[in-house]
Amino acid sequence: MEFLTYMGDVFTPINFALLLIGTIGGLILGATPGLSPTMAVALLIPFTFRLEPAQGLILLGAAYTSTVAGGAVSAILLKIPGAPANIATTLDGHTMAQKGQGARALQLSFLASAVGGIFGVMLLIFLTPVLAQWALAFGPSHLFWLAILGVTVIGSLDSSSVVKGLLSGCIGLWLATIGFDDIMGAQRFIFHDAVAGGINVIPALIGLFAIPQVITMFAKGRKRLDAEVIAVKKHPIGAAFREVFGRFRALSIGTITGSIIGLIPGVGGQIAGLVAYDQAKKTSPEREKFGTGHPEGVIAAESANNAMVGPSLVPLLTLSIPGSPTAAVLLGGLLIHGIFPGSDLFDNYPDVAWTFINSMLIGQILMCIFGLYVAGLAARVAQVPNAVMAAVVLGLALFGSYSVQNSMGDVYVMMALGTGMYFLERFGFSAAPLVLGLILGPIAEANFIQGSMIANATSSMGEYFFSGTLNLVLIAIVVASVGYSLWMELRDRRYTTKDDAVLKEESLS
Amino acid sequence: MTDLPRSQHIIASGLVAAVGVAVAYISYTQKPADAFLFPRLISTVFVVLALWTFGKAVLGRTKVGNGLSREAMINILPGFIVALIYVFWAAKALGFYTASTIAFFILLTLYDPAPHSELRTWIKRAIITAGFLVVMYGLFALLLNVFTPKEILF
Repeated sequence: MEFLTYMGDVFTPINFALLLIGTIGGLILGATPGLSPTMAVALLIPFTFRLEPAQGLILLGAAYTSTVAGGAVSAILLKIPGAPANIATTLDGHTMAQKGQGARALQLSFLASAVGGIFGVMLLIFLTPVLAQWALAFGPSHLFWLAILGVTVIGSLDSSSVVKGLLSGCIGLWLATIGFDDIMGAQRFIFHDAVAGGINVIPALIGLFAIPQVITMFAKGRKRLDAEVIAVKKHPIGAAFREVFGRFRALSIGTITGSIIGLIPGVGGQIAGLVAYDQAKKTSPEREKFGTGHPEGVIAAESANNAMVGPSLVPLLTLSIPGSPTAAVLLGGLLIHGIFPGSDLFDNYPDVAWTFINSMLIGQILMCIFGLYVAGLAARVAQVPNAVMAAVVLGLALFGSYSVQNSMGDVYVMMALGTGMYFLERFGFSAAPLVLGLILGPIAEANFIQGSMIANATSSMGEYFFSGTLNLVLIAIVVASVGYSLWMELRDRRYTTKDDAVLKEESLS
Repeated sequence: MTDLPRSQHIIASGLVAAVGVAVAYISYTQKPADAFLFPRLISTVFVVLALWTFGKAVLGRTKVGNGLSREAMINILPGFIVALIYVFWAAKALGFYTASTIAFFILLTLYDPAPHSELRTWIKRAIITAGFLVVMYGLFALLLNVFTPKEILF
């Protein structure tokens, strides 16, 4: 119950104000089609430089949680999911809104999100310290395999093509080696002055997530958003509260499915929402009502996509392995403050770790309260023309990446990587494994070099890296995740996410 | 197989394979060898996967990726050119805020669906641009104290 010791820190005036700003801002950003939670969090990182580590994480964590929930607003009122995680919500949510039950759908959505989110954060609270202590037993070879596991799992599970996902991961790992070698001081792949000091993670993240979206908006041309906000009539909140808990089966299926999927690295909110929706439909006696504006569809989808938020941070906070692209961006937010996740975080910075986790718990409640009030405003913001959004995001990307080190080199890297990523995405490559490769590359290399030194002094490389129970388990998971995905892809049976490029286009259409 | 012409996939995967081969070549030829131990490891996997992808593209067996349509390219081009000029030249040469204001206004003009012939449209665009400048200045200059290049203008 260590987390209770730091609960009060969430309520200091600055921390609570940041939590409110992150929550309300995230709800509005989340409702904006094309602004994914990952991109929103990446664009927010420069604003955390001058904050204390815990304060910065509170802002980022609140934005992460509420952008996922905020995406339901545009899904319900505009039939445009604010984020891929809200795709399943459109199926019944928008139909409810068309029937004049928009307020009811929004209330059910935010209440279910809060229940799922709180359950997910509770899992984070109880699992993280145990796993963080367990991670202390990890040596260089284990950490090397863990880093490789992080890249391969996301590369194979979160991409439309296994080979292209893994190739994206390799490109990220290579990008991470650019600059001066840490041990020998040798120059590696420095083909321009802008990358002489290596590729800074924050401008890279901003570029990789924001610029492809900007170019996708350009690709739409002078197109008006073809959607009207459906008017919302009043609905008693007490009735919605009773209804959410009255439909306990859908709520529990969504919450448990989302939590389990969140724990698996690389499987995001989109899959959580769709799987929970599917399961709730299959087990419901009213399954024929799904798709026609059935409240259980909204409850299952929204409880699932928020339940996965907390557990998706477990691998990040315990093993330094981000389980999702957004978790990778949060890792960037930790690293800029010199804090490394894992047992070090809980041993040396318990105030930072627990204040952050507690803020996510309180954030769920705030999100529920404010979500209902800002839904109307968020739906109006969701109608902002693409032209304005593209120009705003481009401006924020430029200023944000410059502000990291006051360097134009970072700006050039941001733009070059972002442009390259747009074209790669058009051909089935994926940003998530590339980002994971970029972030986990230094961890993988440092432990590979350290491990090879130990191996040279004690045994052989093969014996050091390929023996021992933990090494073998990790290798088996790497092989299994790649092998399974490859096998299913060859048999055309793989449950894949759509191309990143297609998802971006759909969010704007 | 996607609807995309095979040539687009061949060019894209060929470029990725060329980068992979270049990375592998540098990794295996540069000294000191110890500094390139890890790059050698990943570049080997990189090349194998890139050649596999290239081979599939040549054989026309690529299953994912919709490539770029002619219409999309035409739509992207003006905004992309403005963005490149803005990021790689104007921001430094004119100053961040001046360049951002000009780029914002041009992008708005290029992609805003509102008719160009109405005075109201232009006034609206000017007001939105001014609002953008105020917000960016407030956030980065006043709140975060970021010292951006001012150069010729502001």
